[in-house]
Amino acid sequence: MSTNNLSYSDQGGTDSAVEVGQETTPTSSNAGAGFGLFSVDFKKNEDLKEMLESNKESLKLEAMKRVVGLIAKGKNASELFPAVVKNVASKNIELKKLVYVYLVRYAEEQQDLALLSISTFQRALKDPNQLIRASALRVLSSIRVPIIVPIMMLAIKEAASDMSPYVRKTSAHAIQKLYSLDQDQKELLIEVIEKLLKDKSTLVAGSVVMAFEEVCPDRIDLIHKNYRKLCNLLVDVEEWGQVVIISMLTRYARTQFTSPWKEDGVFDEHNERAFYESDEEKTRDETEAKPYMMDPDHRLLLRNTKPLLQSRNTAVVMSVAQLYWHLAPKNEVSIVTKSLVRLLRSHREVQYIVLQNIATMSIQRKGMFEPYMKSFYVRSTDATHIKSLKLEILTSLANEANISTILREFQTYVKSQDKQFAAGTIQAIGRCATNISEVTDTCLNGLVLLLSNRDETVVAESVVVIRKLLQIQPTQHSDIIKHMAKLFDNITVPMARASILWLMGEYCERVPKIAPDVLRKMAKSFTSEEDIVKLQTVNLAAKLYLTNSKQTKLLTQYILNLGKYDQNYDIRDRTRFIRQLIVPNDKNGALSKYAHRILLAPKPAPVLESAYKDRDRYQLGTLSHTINTKASGYLELSDWPAVAPDQSVRNVEVIEPVKEWAPSLGKTVKSKPAKSSDDKFYSDSGEEEEKGSGSSSSEDGSSSSSSEVQSILSGRLHILQNERVCPESGSDAESHVQKNSSQTSEESDKSSSQSEKSSSESDSEKKERKTKTPLQKKTVLGLEPICTACLSFLFLLNLSIEVLPVLSKLCPLSLAFPLQLSGPAFVPEKSHDLLHRMTGKGLSAQYQFPRQPCLYQPTMVSVQISLTNTTDHPLEQIHIGDRSPTGLNIHCFNTIECLEPEASVTVFMGIDFNDSTQAANFQLCTKEDHFSVSIQPAIGELLLPITMTELDFRKEQGKLLGMNESSATITMAAENMTSQPISRPVATVANLGMVPSSQDNVHRFAGKTANSGAVVLVTVELRGESTALITINTEKSVMGSMLLRDLKLALAQA
Amino acid sequence: MIHSLFLVNSSGDIFLEKHWKSVVSRSVCDYFFEAQERASEPENVPPVIPTPHHYLISVLRHRIYFVAVIQSEVPPLFVIEFLHRVVDTFQDYFGVCTEAAIKDNVVVVYELLEEMLDNGFPLATESNILKELIKPPTILRTVVNTITGSTNVGEQLPTGQLSVVPWRRTGVKYTNNEAYFDVVEEIDAIIDKSGSTITAEIQGVIDACVKLTGMPDLTLSFMNPRLLDDVSFHPCVRFKRWEAERILSFIPPDGNFRLLSYHVSCQNLVAIPVYVKHNITFREGSSQGRFELTLGPKQTMGKGLEAVLISSQLPRGVLNTNLNPSQGTYNFDPVTKLLSWDVGKINPQKLPSLKGSMSLQAGASKPDENPTINIQFKIQQSALSGLKVNRLDMYGEKYKPFKGIKYMTKAGKFQTKGLLRGRAWDLKN
Repeated sequence: MSTNNLSYSDQGGTDSAVEVGQETTPTSSNAGAGFGLFSVDFKKNEDLKEMLESNKESLKLEAMKRVVGLIAKGKNASELFPAVVKNVASKNIELKKLVYVYLVRYAEEQQDLALLSISTFQRALKDPNQLIRASALRVLSSIRVPIIVPIMMLAIKEAASDMSPYVRKTSAHAIQKLYSLDQDQKELLIEVIEKLLKDKSTLVAGSVVMAFEEVCPDRIDLIHKNYRKLCNLLVDVEEWGQVVIISMLTRYARTQFTSPWKEDGVFDEHNERAFYESDEEKTRDETEAKPYMMDPDHRLLLRNTKPLLQSRNTAVVMSVAQLYWHLAPKNEVSIVTKSLVRLLRSHREVQYIVLQNIATMSIQRKGMFEPYMKSFYVRSTDATHIKSLKLEILTSLANEANISTILREFQTYVKSQDKQFAAGTIQAIGRCATNISEVTDTCLNGLVLLLSNRDETVVAESVVVIRKLLQIQPTQHSDIIKHMAKLFDNITVPMARASILWLMGEYCERVPKIAPDVLRKMAKSFTSEEDIVKLQTVNLAAKLYLTNSKQTKLLTQYILNLGKYDQNYDIRDRTRFIRQLIVPNDKNGALSKYAHRILLAPKPAPVLESAYKDRDRYQLGTLSHTINTKASGYLELSDWPAVAPDQSVRNVEVIEPVKEWAPSLGKTVKSKPAKSSDDKFYSDSGEEEEKGSGSSSSEDGSSSSSSEVQSILSGRLHILQNERVCPESGSDAESHVQKNSSQTSEESDKSSSQSEKSSSESDSEKKERKTKTPLQKKTVLGLEPICTACLSFLFLLNLSIEVLPVLSKLCPLSLAFPLQLSGPAFVPEKSHDLLHRMTGKGLSAQYQFPRQPCLYQPTMVSVQISLTNTTDHPLEQIHIGDRSPTGLNIHCFNTIECLEPEASVTVFMGIDFNDSTQAANFQLCTKEDHFSVSIQPAIGELLLPITMTELDFRKEQGKLLGMNESSATITMAAENMTSQPISRPVATVANLGMVPSSQDNVHRFAGKTANSGAVVLVTVELRGESTALITINTEKSVMGSMLLRDLKLALAQA
Repeated sequence: MIHSLFLVNSSGDIFLEKHWKSVVSRSVCDYFFEAQERASEPENVPPVIPTPHHYLISVLRHRIYFVAVIQSEVPPLFVIEFLHRVVDTFQDYFGVCTEAAIKDNVVVVYELLEEMLDNGFPLATESNILKELIKPPTILRTVVNTITGSTNVGEQLPTGQLSVVPWRRTGVKYTNNEAYFDVVEEIDAIIDKSGSTITAEIQGVIDACVKLTGMPDLTLSFMNPRLLDDVSFHPCVRFKRWEAERILSFIPPDGNFRLLSYHVSCQNLVAIPVYVKHNITFREGSSQGRFELTLGPKQTMGKGLEAVLISSQLPRGVLNTNLNPSQGTYNFDPVTKLLSWDVGKINPQKLPSLKGSMSLQAGASKPDENPTINIQFKIQQSALSGLKVNRLDMYGEKYKPFKGIKYMTKAGKFQTKGLLRGRAWDLKN
């Protein structure tokens, strides 16, 4: 058996037939009884063919198993192709799979026959079983037959919109296969990639990014819209996909964000601290200094990758490490250290790669790994390449403080039985000696002692290193040169001999007596030396001739004569050159005048540096970095752009509000001003900011500077939150919602001084909220963790309904919402007092309606409550006590164990108001006290927005006439008619969704009541100059009339 | 990504090949064999070998090289990690991962490799998913299959593949519901001749064997979670819960899996449980050397040291040894110069020792390094770092599971250096 295996090349013909007979014996342990009879049969393949063509399923399967065994051994089984391909439609799934294996292997060679199987796959692509659909696509796309490219293309397109994410994943893989088969399909494939990139399934994400990297890595524009989604999905993507996505995002980030590596070394923490200082002056100063602000998307990436450092998959850990290395601010990179050091405990191969990367990192950033120095101590059981990498790292880490420890460790390595390693250690000692001047002498003395070592390689290496060291400070070391001259006879390694000769020549004036003697010895043995030694002998001769021609003239002549007839032309060349240079004659007088200066010119000392010095030109963790040459397909990491490209490209636009959860949320995650376009927008709020904070500064602050104030504030807000774990990003995004929407609402009335005043008030309120935001984190965490995850996901991601089934598996909450539910058009930030701090003995509570569908029960209205402790002692066990009416259905927030003084938390609760504005009364309890509080909802808050078409709207309206309709004509305030769409005040009053309208003067809104789900339709028809007709259709006529009253008020006043 | 895979045994034969894209000729492995020849030890073959058109990335496990052929840029760790995962899967399926086992199950191996990679990109690597797709071969199943003609291959997409808990299959049922956790710690240390610790670190893992019905949600809490500052988790562990409360909360995979691995490096935390006193002398010119070695327990928290095994690579000059162990058996291989002494259990009242003489090659010079001594041992019922599990709770299911926890300490790379220090070098600082 083993003898057969010795031949690596493919065999064919009769030869293989013989092989087959013998080879298959062991694999056929469970073969049919008849098999043994044939084992020495020459017509082995005939037998297989018969079996494959038989009627018995079991025989076929057995035959296929043997065929697969042949393939596995690399034997040629292609002649069975016709027999095998017939079985492609078999019902037996194992047989089918084995046929697939065979097809993929041989289809390329037997293209015509392979076509026979295509129709089977096409049929299977329509199979109701997703596994069969997927595997059909897998095999179809793996058959490398150019003729079927159009069929593949079609199949891929179809699979890309398959119901099953598993099939979609397979289609992402198929994209790469098709691309490698036919590059002309690129454009079409990019379309599919674009489509799949939008896919929200974690299963697909990794594979499609892989396809993206392979087909169109330069189409960075496809990523923009999916950037945030990818960042947020990352933790849940399977580990292999994580690696691919992280490395793609690393490249992406380097093109889209500005460098976080600041020259002045101002760290983010610094900014953060300043934020809390109320001193207006300071803020202004910083504004002028234009500190670096990290793009929130950049931060998002860093924050969401950090947990992956804990992954069990070493490739994931490494890719996060390289992401931090290439993208994070310098002061944050070190968080990856511990994880990288942990990887050193993994398999040998993993160690090798990780050590290589650490070697590169440690050159630039010693501090990162210095605390872990001992992890790099060499063990006698380490493989050689691991040992030398560890040496490399230890050398890079050496500094004045730890050099003595390191040198002591090195001493033991020198004595290692692995001589190659010992030699490496000596080089490392040399590097330490040059880098750290304090120990140069110690090292030199130590190395000189090594010259008497018994091992030749050790001695040779020492000589070479000593030569380099002496060159660096040649002054006081004639003793060492003499010592080496003494040892010269015993040293046989050519490189070492050459080094000593060179030293003699270079410093011949310091050893005037010894050098000529060495030359004399060399003259004797010249012919038997290695080339490198001969060259140095010639050099030595020339140098001595120039300095001490009296003693050495004849010797030099002799050596030059020997060299003239040497076999090696380098030596002949050199000899000729030297002779012309130093021996004066009439022809070349011009040059020989300078001979002394040419040969004995002061030479710069060699620089001993790490072999890993220039590896940082490659992205860490890549194959190119490992082999230190550009691997094919390596994608260069670009430099940071000087000016960040437009950030708004990553904002997710809402195309289909029907599907989205919270359309407004997506937009508002953008928190940074894009200066050029948004200037006006921000300058507006910026001015208000200044006033609101009561500064006495004049109002002529230029728009740009004030916009910076704004940007710093919002940026800081981000930095604050960046340090926390993910869940709070929900509240983060939310606060932005409120801020942004209120800003847009203010936009219109900036000219009127009156409104400016009022908005400045609200602005200061806003500021307060902002300072609180980071604290809200606790509260969200207070919920059940899974639930929190859900919440934050929903807030942050604009998850479509599609993902919900997946989520609902995660947390057994009822998430069954009617599909047409849409996100709120507007979230008012008005909050109401629930408990005043005076009555609440220091506990103050405010509530507001976030207008999110309640997660606990769809019939509930979600209420957000902010609790603040204004006392000077912590309040414990805040929870909800008795409620009235007793039947009131409330989903309480989890008990807050402890609320520190001055701290505040925000919690969510759900209340079923039963479609009435009757107040919900309950008790807010602390450990000591009970406070009766009540929440009275405005009628508009009891609604949930829905989307429908105009047609549907009319249909619904038609059903709700007569007593279900209430209407009123009002006189509208002037600005409501002109400057602002009517939707704003309506949305402020009631949580309704806009219905697209074909008429300009008619606005329609739709919603449903939270509890009973009754449809509420609002029509506002503008008539003439200032009158408008409001019509409300709903079967809840009481609610209708109350809503009408509120709307009348809102539209008429203002 | 991964183009092809070749399995090469220790004698340099390719015994299995698998291609995921176009076929790459076996001759590409010649570059690998070249590197193999150059390497003095099997471990020294570089993991990444560039060739003119391909890159070879290999791992060595169970004396089999798994050589992956790569054509373009890919993170090398990605490939290495995957190859190790392949080995783990084989081991999981066949019990052992040897050449014979792979050859015997070549069809299953092929089916597995087919599922694990699609076009060179990992598809399913979770053992729970794979086991639903391709059932592991057992004698019983082989018999049943030959009789009934049923197959080893699943017909439905494993439910885990689509869910957010891909590591667990649905519909798990057991009559005895049990969950076992093994806390296993390995101590790595380098001790110098005088007995002081140069480095010591503990590498710990919690391996679990969970056989629970349904979809249990477990939480595991520790008495002293602060010890665990450097951890890596199985993907099932909820990271945020750990960050916030230092509690391991997870829906476990079915069967055996590694829940957590951790690393305790702080030196003062690590108590060295064993000491070795040794005195090995060679006299210049003489053909005799003296060998003395005594072992003793140290800080073992009252638990006994078991399965103690000493091994040492003696210098090349040593021809033979004549030693006398006070307990256990010793063995010296004159070819590899490897001395091994199986001590067994250490009795603190009567410390084991190994004494005697070594005969040296005549005229050989005195070795300048005293041999390094590697020690292996086990301590049952104790985790050296002091890690203790506080409690295990189960949510989501009604039954009461049987819970068990076991602690063990092992020596990892534990060696005592027999080096003479500070003789040659005069360090000022």
